[in-house]
Amino acid sequence: MMSETTYLRRKWFNRLMLGLSSTAAGLAILILGLILGYTLARGIGALNLDFLTQAAKPVGEVGGGMRNEIFGTLILIGLGSIIAIPVGLMSGMFLAEFASPKVASAVRFAADILAGVPSIVVGVFAYAIVVQPLHSYSALSAGVALAIIMIPVIARTAEESLKLVPNSMREAALALGISRWRAVVGVIVPGAMTGIVTGIMLGVARIAGETAPLLFTALGSQFGVQGLLNPIGALPLQIYNYALSPYPDWQQQAWAGAFLLIMLVLGISILVRWISSRRNNRPVIRNVKRSNKNDNDIRFG
Amino acid sequence: MTMTYDLVNENSHSKPNGPPINLEERKGILEVQDLSAWYGNTQAVKHISMSIKAQAITAIIGPSGCGKSTYIRCLNRMHEVSYKGRVEGCVFLDEKDIYAKDVDPVVIRRRIGMVFQKPAPFPTMSIFDNVAAGLKLTRLWSRRWELEEVVERSLRQAALWDEVKDKLQESGVSLSGGQQQRLCIARALAVEPEIILLDEPCSALDPAATLKIEDLMRSLAQEYTIIIVTHNMQQAARVSDVAAFLLADQDGVGTLVEYGKTNQLFTNPKDKRTEDYITGRFG
Repeated sequence: MMSETTYLRRKWFNRLMLGLSSTAAGLAILILGLILGYTLARGIGALNLDFLTQAAKPVGEVGGGMRNEIFGTLILIGLGSIIAIPVGLMSGMFLAEFASPKVASAVRFAADILAGVPSIVVGVFAYAIVVQPLHSYSALSAGVALAIIMIPVIARTAEESLKLVPNSMREAALALGISRWRAVVGVIVPGAMTGIVTGIMLGVARIAGETAPLLFTALGSQFGVQGLLNPIGALPLQIYNYALSPYPDWQQQAWAGAFLLIMLVLGISILVRWISSRRNNRPVIRNVKRSNKNDNDIRFG
Repeated sequence: MTMTYDLVNENSHSKPNGPPINLEERKGILEVQDLSAWYGNTQAVKHISMSIKAQAITAIIGPSGCGKSTYIRCLNRMHEVSYKGRVEGCVFLDEKDIYAKDVDPVVIRRRIGMVFQKPAPFPTMSIFDNVAAGLKLTRLWSRRWELEEVVERSLRQAALWDEVKDKLQESGVSLSGGQQQRLCIARALAVEPEIILLDEPCSALDPAATLKIEDLMRSLAQEYTIIIVTHNMQQAARVSDVAAFLLADQDGVGTLVEYGKTNQLFTNPKDKRTEDYITGRFG
């Protein structure tokens, strides 16, 4: 038998812990809210059409915007993705479909370490292998740095989603006399497409706000986008520069830029959730009876 | 007229769809010699030898765990796809050992197709693409009309055409279980194999769908060699011309106990263990 006091003690302890964990969860949401609210409040004055469509103006001139930097960030994300998507996807395919368990665990470990390398170190690395040989800061070198950060994210999520495709699909494809490579590309990858796209978007969200690797590579530019072998401006860099400046209108623009960057990442996150909430993005699937939940394990495992 | 011939004729009476089959005249299309298979260090089947007749239905029967699925997977080199799967022995297809070093398993699997226990249409593909998958994914490109021809022929052969001809672009998984399994058979037929292996194709289906698949097997047997694994003895008796009875020995390793004409094996088994199994004393 439990005594009355023991029972009460447990009951109160239970309530206390429940309260603490709810507070912690609330705090996390509160902080996000504060950041969003504060950035918006400080930046709202600079958030207008000009901010999106105008190039930066020199010190002293009013107005101007971050058009070049927004464009630059999009170019850098594109460059990083062009390099990282094929490499990451192929690594994921290798890990999930072709590597022996021993090799796979070694490669997986390496990928996890790479994902944990501080981004500033990646920046220095890109500086050494691209900037120095080409004797110039460039968009290309920044793309390489961002790709290095992106690759492990894509590789690991691609691996996990490929593994979710049931083995019966692999066997069915092989039994048709399809080679392993064609079976993976033609049957397994389409089956894992939702997860793979999610991984790519996560990678994009990860690199969109990276600043440190851009310091040694993209450098920033006052002249807009001038090709891939010249320095290029980017939102995070401009935020950094403007925030440190002594001019109030620049500071306000930095806040506006920060808000835009948060919105970009938030938008990508929402997109990711939307994509992964649809089990499959092929139009063919429309005709499947949605009511039958058991279909899912046949379709997707 | 010899005694064997009578038996064979009697055999064919129970299969109204098929022509009378004289098994003695049929050549062996697959010669299995001393086949053993392992998963890692665990042996699953050992020392199986049999000659499988062309254009007939061979049933592999036996209780659960006797290695019949493992055995049939050895016949088109699918066993080696399993984790740590390993095979010893020979399987001759047209006097060429499919386990010879210079043989590509991909080529073997085109000639010896397989349908699995659980219907497994490719979920991201339409009905049309499912059937065309074998061709599309083994070539660089195919002509559309050629694919259309093959898809229609295969679906007709699998007795599915009339049910799906108006919805070829719908997902393969929108079909019922029995239709999905016939879709998988059509998919296997599309690459024009010589032999079709069926690994308990009806175990996930209701009796009506099972009957359809059995009818289908009878009609396919006129052109193809069919090997079916089943734990359903009535099914084996209904559809097969030849039957093999596998049983796990005291170490749990599957061995071939008896192999002969279905009629003979079911009415007059030579081995005591076969008799015990078919009369329902165990298994």
